[in-house]
Amino acid sequence: MNARIFAAAVLVSLVATAGAQDKVLRVVPHSNLSILDPIWTTQFMARNHGYMIYDTLFGTDEKNQVKPQMVDSWTVSPDKRLWSFTLRPGLEFHDGKPVTGEDVTASIERWGKRDAMGQKLMTFVERMDSPAPNTFRIFLREPCGIMLEALGKPSSNVPFIMPKRIAETPADKQIEEHIGSGPYVFKRDEFKPGDKAVYLKNNKYQPRKETPSGTTGGKHVYVDRVEWNLALRDAQAQVNALANGEVDILERPAFESYEQLKKANGVVLVNKDPLGFQYMGRFNHLHPPFNNPKVRQAALAAMQQEPFLRAQVGVKEFYKSCASMYTCGTPYGTSKGSDVQSKSSMKKAQELLKASGYDGTPVVILKPTDLAAIQKLPDVAAQLLRQAGFKVDLQAMDWNTVVSRRAKKEAPAQGGWNIFLTAWLAPDVWSPLTNAALGAAGEKSWFGWPSDEQIEKLRDQFARESDEAKRKALAEQIQVRAFEIGTHAPLGEYVNPYAVRKNISGLVVGSGDTYWNVKKN
Amino acid sequence: MLVFLLLRLTPGDPAAILAGDAASSEQIAAIRASLGLDRSLPVQFGIWLGSLARGELGQSYFYKMQVTQLIGQRLEPTFALATLTIFFAIVVSIPLGVVAAWRFGGWFDRALMGFSVMGFSVPVFVLAYLLIWLVSLQLGWFPVQGYRRLADGFFPFLHHLILPALTLSVIYIALIARVTRASVLEALGEDYIRTARAKGLPEIRVLVRHALANAAVPIATVIGIGIAILIGGVVVTESVYAIPGLGRLTVDAVLARDFPTIQGVILFFSFIYVVVNLVIDLSYVLLDPRIRY
Repeated sequence: MNARIFAAAVLVSLVATAGAQDKVLRVVPHSNLSILDPIWTTQFMARNHGYMIYDTLFGTDEKNQVKPQMVDSWTVSPDKRLWSFTLRPGLEFHDGKPVTGEDVTASIERWGKRDAMGQKLMTFVERMDSPAPNTFRIFLREPCGIMLEALGKPSSNVPFIMPKRIAETPADKQIEEHIGSGPYVFKRDEFKPGDKAVYLKNNKYQPRKETPSGTTGGKHVYVDRVEWNLALRDAQAQVNALANGEVDILERPAFESYEQLKKANGVVLVNKDPLGFQYMGRFNHLHPPFNNPKVRQAALAAMQQEPFLRAQVGVKEFYKSCASMYTCGTPYGTSKGSDVQSKSSMKKAQELLKASGYDGTPVVILKPTDLAAIQKLPDVAAQLLRQAGFKVDLQAMDWNTVVSRRAKKEAPAQGGWNIFLTAWLAPDVWSPLTNAALGAAGEKSWFGWPSDEQIEKLRDQFARESDEAKRKALAEQIQVRAFEIGTHAPLGEYVNPYAVRKNISGLVVGSGDTYWNVKKN
Repeated sequence: MLVFLLLRLTPGDPAAILAGDAASSEQIAAIRASLGLDRSLPVQFGIWLGSLARGELGQSYFYKMQVTQLIGQRLEPTFALATLTIFFAIVVSIPLGVVAAWRFGGWFDRALMGFSVMGFSVPVFVLAYLLIWLVSLQLGWFPVQGYRRLADGFFPFLHHLILPALTLSVIYIALIARVTRASVLEALGEDYIRTARAKGLPEIRVLVRHALANAAVPIATVIGIGIAILIGGVVVTESVYAIPGLGRLTVDAVLARDFPTIQGVILFFSFIYVVVNLVIDLSYVLLDPRIRY
């Protein structure tokens, strides 16, 4: 009898173990996770890690609507200078302590020192306080129109809420503890950089009742454990592992892999982020020849989007031209002012270059050889610019050298550059304030350092304006001016669908990589 | 010192990589200062030497962990992979080399020489993909990627390690088999072999006890020298099979310009190389009684 009971117990435990194993979601993220502080760095992997373990005051849904997340309700004073927020009941950090208004204000303060939009918001903020444990208030010097947009910002840096004692870490130092109130708990003891990161279901998390969308709605967790496979970086090995059922999700398969993935048994493609990404070419405004706006205009005219998209993405259904500097299909997306690029031709580019007084100064283009997602763009840029009449010096290097080199303000001959190309997630470019390439405050702005008082003035007005119609008009004016002075060249949009096993469902539609609501059958 | 200087002279700024895509020049400069990268090279070198004198290899810029701790985390997969590779290589290559020498000029000898040339010529990653396609995807015998620690059980550990070790051992088998063949061939021409055969000893005993034993020193030497090839192969093999070992750590550290980690890993690999070759040198005493130190 005892033997039978023992055997039954063993069987039950085996079944239970098997059941538990089935609830492990095995994800291959798009990159390695090295930095665990999503406020200290703008790296997307740190942001994704943040979404696993932290919660946000507001979120942005798939239709770009900002909606409350940790916040239950809020009011704005008639003079629009006092914002009062009440937190949802039942919010609790992973260490068991309740989330309070003081945690929130400390978190906003730290974020406001690092994030560009946060810094802008803080220029309006006079002070913050927490009159009761579940409330906080933000007092403004003058009204501003970006409060909710900033607090619901979906991409780096996201204003994640941390316990006060952690949020009080100086903004220029990385946090040491990783405790949030989000849907997953970080298993610090199992974190092995370059190997794996592990997250356990936060059983105490109370999801909102609304349908999940983007970073809003109920963050329901249907798996016990999420494992990020940080070691699996080789594109072909990723495909093999998914086809063999050794992993469940590939975040960013290489475009070349899609044909193979479509044919693989048990694998489906899921486009969870229809807004996708935008390619961008950035000019260095500090040095010849692109310190001359007429030369930038000629380059813009030459850099038609289709050749870039065709060469880099290749799969027609995954890309589209978009004349807007903001993401197409989002509230500020517009083609105003884009004619210089979108309705141009190579002949026009050649004429513009001739009229610009270009003296044959070589254009140094930085080409990353190890980043499959963008490595063909520089070749296309080089070819198009050559056709337009530019002399081009295409310099090959690894992506991290590009990242280092583009921060150099020296002349190209002294280790600087003239053009680099990159890609942005839709939320990073969909508004005049999140789009780093639209900053035109000279050497204080993003790499390339354009300087234009008019754009800066318009961006400031945009930040102050709360009327949506007027904001749209301002966004349009900013874009018109940006095309005029050639801040940068938008090079089209693309999507990069997930490849997942067929037993995976529930991926939330929206920008970014989030793993709540995901079911594994 | 050479590595230290080379790293600093190579293009690439760890601070810019750490800061992320949307960071400003000021943020990057602040990070550079916090890492001490704004100091002069002699000062940076002095700080690193100081920590080395205390038995520390410094802290990784990226992982905020001691490099010794990082190496400790990655040691087991690499050590296991290298050990199994050497085991496969020795078990397979020495008998093959001995038989090839014994059947010098015959089809087996020619086939082995052909295999050796192929083993040297085919890049490790090509071989890895071919084996994955055949053994994992078509036959389903082994997983295509990953590593299980010994603590997770011996079977899963071995199951995940066999294919990478097989892949990596091919070049090693080619090398050792060739040297074994040449050494045994040379030994087989010696007078004592003729004497042994004249005494009527069985051929297997002549080959193993007399020819191979006398050819052991060059074979041991090439095993030691091959450690350098092994280290290079580990980097590629770990990348293709997603094994979180020291090779993968090296690649990541180089790409990320994680100077302390690169310096630490190279120092560690150099140390291992010296120790292995020292052990090989000492083993000569056992392999050849005529050698004395």
